[in-house]
Amino acid sequence: MNWPLEAFLSFLAAGAFGVIFNTPRRTLVSCGLVGMSGWLIYRLFFEVFGDSVQATFAGAFAVALVAHILAKKFKMPMIVFSIAGIIPLVPGSRAYNSMRSIVENNYFEAISFAADALMISGAIAMGLVFAEVLMQMVFKQQAKKMQKKIGMTRN
Amino acid sequence: MTQAGEVRRNLALDCFLLAGKIMMESGAETYRIEDTMIRMAVSQKMMDSHCFVTPSGIMFSPSNEMTTRFVRIKSRGTDLERVALVNAVSRRLVSGELTLQQAYDEMQIIDQTDYRFSIQIQVLAAAVTSACFLILMGGGWEDLPFAFVIGGTGFYIVETILVQTRVKFFAEFTGALAIGSLASLVIYAGLGQDLDTIIIGSVMPLVPGLLITNAVRDLMAGHFVPGLSKGAEAFLTAFAIGAGIALVLSF
Repeated sequence: MNWPLEAFLSFLAAGAFGVIFNTPRRTLVSCGLVGMSGWLIYRLFFEVFGDSVQATFAGAFAVALVAHILAKKFKMPMIVFSIAGIIPLVPGSRAYNSMRSIVENNYFEAISFAADALMISGAIAMGLVFAEVLMQMVFKQQAKKMQKKIGMTRN
Repeated sequence: MTQAGEVRRNLALDCFLLAGKIMMESGAETYRIEDTMIRMAVSQKMMDSHCFVTPSGIMFSPSNEMTTRFVRIKSRGTDLERVALVNAVSRRLVSGELTLQQAYDEMQIIDQTDYRFSIQIQVLAAAVTSACFLILMGGGWEDLPFAFVIGGTGFYIVETILVQTRVKFFAEFTGALAIGSLASLVIYAGLGQDLDTIIIGSVMPLVPGLLITNAVRDLMAGHFVPGLSKGAEAFLTAFAIGAGIALVLSF
């Protein structure tokens, strides 16, 4: 596979999604970067382990992590950054294949594709949630350290 | 309770509800809206206020003595710039940089301004995403112009019908139908190579990514009513797209 090309395409796609969702103008490039990191980690994981569910989890985790960091930096809601990054991971081709199998009366194949799509959607959700919990824990630790530094001994 | 205090409290309530309304209309997560409203309320010395946010209405109860206020949300779209702007105003109000009146005025300006890109630029962006996804999903370069044109057309059709009829399901169904027919036409004419990847790439701009993300985050935050209703909306959108494509494929 062609890494630079995929990086560029996912960057462009996520940035263009930023335009469709009208994210603030100065965050468009960051949205593209979020999408790129999510897609590259998804692809890397997929190449190494060959399991698309785990790879999607890793990708969504990366997207949420990067989005959280950017949200802190720009002081904007995290949703501004995460959405454009999530879209490339959505199991569009599996959902499509499942539907095509239903149209062709090929129900067994349809169910297996649909189950795959469902698992991948679940992996996206898990990745988002896990990253969020992790970031909350990290920020709480940081806040505690700050409080100790400035002499607040509460908690 | 003095008269001035009464007026001020009403202004505060107007301000909170307007903030919540703009955020919900622009596609923010429910828990973020509740968080923003409660923070603003605390900054205005309303310590035990409660709010309940659903995708179709927001209730806000400042305290036991005062009446609960309700605002109905009529339409929902996606405009993340407004979410970010309201968020910035509420931050400045909480930090004491803005007075209540200034914050309310700014909210009203945000409410009345349309920040979205022009439809031409949005269609262009949709076309670019379709082309990018065609390659990312493993399509061939010779199909690129078709995905570009079909993806843009599909998005334009959905947006136009949405403005005309306000029925989301119908708009998405028609858009998917158009995408499916155009892609089949291109293959039938012998121009394109792979029907599947062209359709998948072109459909991508219509995918309800915002709704899925929001639904998951709301459900995980314990907001089950908004989470489930947004999930239902996402499912309906996905079903509309699927039905439109399936109709074409079945011929």
